[in-house]
Amino acid sequence: MDKKYGLYICTGCSIGESINVEKVATKSKNALKIPIVKSHFALCAKEGVDLIKADITNEGINTIIIAACSPRVKYEEFKFPGCLVERVPLRELAVWINEPNSEEAQLAADDYIRMGVIKAQKAFMPEPFLFETTKDILVIGGGITGMTAAIEIANAGYNVFLVEKEDRLGGFLNKLYKKIPVSNKYQEPLIVDTEVDKIIKEVESNPHIKVYKSAKVEKTEGMPGAFDVTITSNGNTETVKIGAIVLAAGWRPYDASKLQHLGYGKFQDVVTNIEFEEIAKKGSIVRPSDGREATKVAFIQCAGQRDPNHLQYCSAMCCATSLKQAKYVRQNPNAVAMILYKDLRTPGTLEYYYKEAQNDAGIMLTKGDVISVTDAGNGNLFIEMEDSLFGKKAKVEADLIVLATGIVPETAIDPVLNLTYRQGPGLPDLDLYNGFADSNFICFQYETRRTGIYAAGAVRQPMNSTEAQEDARGAALKAIQCVEHIAKGMAVHPRAWDLTYPDPMMTKCTACKRCTEECPFGAIDEDEKGTPFYKVGRCRRCGTCMGACPERIVSFKDFNVDMIGTMMKNVSVPSDEEEPRIIVLACENDAYPAIDTIANTKVKLNSAVRFIQVRCLGSTNLVWVADAFSRGIDGMLLLGCKYGDNYQCHFAKGSELANYRLGKVQETLDRLMLEADRVQMMQLAIDEYEKLPSLIEDFVERVKEIGPNPYRG
Amino acid sequence: MSAHSSESTTPRLLVIGGGFSGLTSAVDAAEKGIEVIIVEKNPYLGGRVAQLNKYFPKLCPPNCGLEINFRRIRENPLITFYTMAEVEDISGSPGDYTVTIKLNPRYVNDNCTACNACTEACPKTIPNEFNFGMDLIKAAYLPFNQAFPLKYVVDAAHCDNNCKKACMEACKYNAIDFNMKPVTITKKVTSIILATGWNPYDANKIDNLGFGQIKNVITNMMMERLASPNGPTNGKIIRPSDGKPVDSVIFVQCAGSRDENHLAFCSYICCMASLKQAQYIREQNKDAKIYIFYIDIRTPGKYEQFYWKVKEDPNVIFIKGKVAKVTQDTSSDDVIVEAEDMLTGEKIQTKASLVVLATGMEPSGATMKVPKVEYTEEGFSISSNGIFAAGCSKYPLDVAKSVQDATGAAMKALSLKIHEGEEVSHG
Repeated sequence: MDKKYGLYICTGCSIGESINVEKVATKSKNALKIPIVKSHFALCAKEGVDLIKADITNEGINTIIIAACSPRVKYEEFKFPGCLVERVPLRELAVWINEPNSEEAQLAADDYIRMGVIKAQKAFMPEPFLFETTKDILVIGGGITGMTAAIEIANAGYNVFLVEKEDRLGGFLNKLYKKIPVSNKYQEPLIVDTEVDKIIKEVESNPHIKVYKSAKVEKTEGMPGAFDVTITSNGNTETVKIGAIVLAAGWRPYDASKLQHLGYGKFQDVVTNIEFEEIAKKGSIVRPSDGREATKVAFIQCAGQRDPNHLQYCSAMCCATSLKQAKYVRQNPNAVAMILYKDLRTPGTLEYYYKEAQNDAGIMLTKGDVISVTDAGNGNLFIEMEDSLFGKKAKVEADLIVLATGIVPETAIDPVLNLTYRQGPGLPDLDLYNGFADSNFICFQYETRRTGIYAAGAVRQPMNSTEAQEDARGAALKAIQCVEHIAKGMAVHPRAWDLTYPDPMMTKCTACKRCTEECPFGAIDEDEKGTPFYKVGRCRRCGTCMGACPERIVSFKDFNVDMIGTMMKNVSVPSDEEEPRIIVLACENDAYPAIDTIANTKVKLNSAVRFIQVRCLGSTNLVWVADAFSRGIDGMLLLGCKYGDNYQCHFAKGSELANYRLGKVQETLDRLMLEADRVQMMQLAIDEYEKLPSLIEDFVERVKEIGPNPYRG
Repeated sequence: MSAHSSESTTPRLLVIGGGFSGLTSAVDAAEKGIEVIIVEKNPYLGGRVAQLNKYFPKLCPPNCGLEINFRRIRENPLITFYTMAEVEDISGSPGDYTVTIKLNPRYVNDNCTACNACTEACPKTIPNEFNFGMDLIKAAYLPFNQAFPLKYVVDAAHCDNNCKKACMEACKYNAIDFNMKPVTITKKVTSIILATGWNPYDANKIDNLGFGQIKNVITNMMMERLASPNGPTNGKIIRPSDGKPVDSVIFVQCAGSRDENHLAFCSYICCMASLKQAQYIREQNKDAKIYIFYIDIRTPGKYEQFYWKVKEDPNVIFIKGKVAKVTQDTSSDDVIVEAEDMLTGEKIQTKASLVVLATGMEPSGATMKVPKVEYTEEGFSISSNGIFAAGCSKYPLDVAKSVQDATGAAMKALSLKIHEGEEVSHG
């Protein structure tokens, strides 16, 4: 595309009264050689937008620089399809945060417009990354989660491959005697059939679902849109093309042999909740020891759970399960059930299910910490409790004890996916989530660190089977979105609109492996020589590779090292040595909106700063430090998201990597004979905008103390 | 097995409610390529989440995720949203609905540049409902900073002629228009998601807990606003009676929840919310004492470790017992809470400078029903007639589960098969 530039400066929202727009316009026309420069008192109003549209039609303008307000507002007004549009937030960053009609405001306006023009010059229209893709979806796990996902995906019009490790679909539902009804008011019947056979039949009879039983995913190669998944099933091996994956590998019961203090393994009549289902399924509640019907059944909740020595989490489903199993016991009206709990957890409307049990005189519920299980001498067992509602110490007798043991996600035991990725076969950092394939983000539940792989059900979080079905639907939609986006050459969450992608100039690659190591999503593989292979389908477009590359060879169409470097090199440096110039790189999702917010309140910030927004701080290339300082910039501040175990970076590692790289910036600064303190990174959340004025002030002060950059002038 | 094609009619989804659930359903459907209309009653999107200071258990700001969703909306031409709008009627059947939407006047048109001139000029103040009336705002206002869309509103009912004149004169862009009338539009859609969320249970109804009579008894949602940087005190937690920092706080769990006289169900979020708010207070005052009166601490799944983290703090004391009475101290602004310790059987009295009632979630359907939608007697919405309920309109959920549920609801709405009566409970 032959670029034809147009610069449009808005004079509204006090811009016109606070800076000399005419001066800015003349400068842009002469120095920046922009052929068309126009201003309007309300560029966002119909008349203003029409002015731009007319130039597109009549003058062939296709590269538009709009110097008005933040790109976070008036986004509809300033959309011009087919044109490159660069928004310069003159209002917020030049006018509102500076004193009106000051030299500083005027200089800021010049700087931001110059940077906007450079950005427009160095950007190109995106061209989607297209390759031959499949929209078929793999579901790993044939339990209730996997089956539900498979049915949903097939019903939405996609083909499904379903892999189940057992010789039968159904997972744990097969083991259950009954389940809790799906209801919004729990009334009799309080236990109902699982109907697992019906669901299995629905899956197996669906022509768009291919089921592999006694099967395993041996290998997952490739990338979303074009995974090559090798499946073994009953001795046969097959490789299928897959677009996206729903990981529904489920869970295993916690190993009860570790619960000897609760009598498991020591007394035959101490069983787990899963074993109890199997007993009930056989027809009557009988004791394993002597086959006699149990009439005094005690349930010990949180067995090996919520316990620093065992599972540290709560398995979320055991309280309701024990309430249900108490109903199994109560099918014999002469039998009683006792539930011994730490906290009875029936959140939401499940409270009604709890209430039904409370209304049953044959179900005794009591809070207490179980200390031990001992032989009562009469064939029964004693349970000793502390801090119970019965007092400091209490003992109850039971003829059968059920341990409410918890769930262990399959991913805590096995990588399941067996990815052939350079960064490993499973999902990374699962220890942050106790081995669950969970999302780090509250707002985005299906995000894993591997693109195109969406976890659902008990492998993702502890949950019951009804919740798992809902969860399966969510993951199913994410998998569908993924195959649709990849087919169009678009990114997936969190830049689901993005058509750009990292395009490395491989002839200059030194095979240093930094990009392959640092990519938070394992998107880059390498050969034995270390040559990287960018698997664009796996990429989330954060630009971490661009930041990592010492050769600066990774570029996006609208974002690259040269672009930001050139912008920095063209920021004005005040002639007065007492006045520092500082560049602030800000993450566009959190720090930049925070800057926008403080600007909206019209609080003044130190005029020494120039803000540049980046996709993610992970895209920060250290060459920018050299670029800026060699031209006399006095200081550089990086504002990114919180990192650590509770990281807030939506590209997982971006801000952390930026910080890590800054640890090495000393080298660059030493070479330039500059002080390390001139460059700092700070963590700033989107809601911490009120900290900005003092944070910037303090940094400016620190830079002033260090003194002017000797490379000035 | 061969690829099968979807039906030929252009699918279009209506999402009622622009809170976190509705936004999630909407953007997730749109990113599958479906046209979506969002109808939101407030002048802004984001719902309850926009009022929260931090999320549990990460203590991260909700605006961060909202910003991403707003960007997803900004970038996606398939999404249209209406604020200050309500669904008046739904007719037709799955695959072919006609929806009547009433657009209430904002008295500010699209010319608004969010320059703040009207607010600066406006002479009238009104109680700030976003902050539960804890402060005042101008009658021409931005609902809160970081509101999306960043557009002002005028409360015309409280803006007299003087006020109107001042606001209009201040606006250089002819954005203020007092001639705006309610407008009714109709839209054809193929599927509907109901995500109308929840309201805090009215604490005035809980006689024994003193809300409304004792100044230093507040609700958990008021605490969120007090702790928020964009709240009435810019995030400083102070007590209402005298504006002093708080040195001791009592949390009353299940205030109106798990109670046959009020909400019989458990509201799911209140345990985690109080644990989180205990941390807000402890971060601001290293000597503050916190007492949490509870029936059961319900921190399912990974929230258990969040509970442990708070429990490690020796200044946070947990007492198993239902609060019987809350009274005003006779000699100070402090508040006295009476309860029975269920483990020792002792009657206890505890005094603190502030009491926070962990009030629960009343489904929006309890007070405002959408035509053609089925509800339970408590006001929870039931998925029926091809209208899918999502999030807290359906049953109490936290944000994480609402997101999960909302994505699932979008899947159901897009599927070719009609899901009936499959998901009325998360039991």
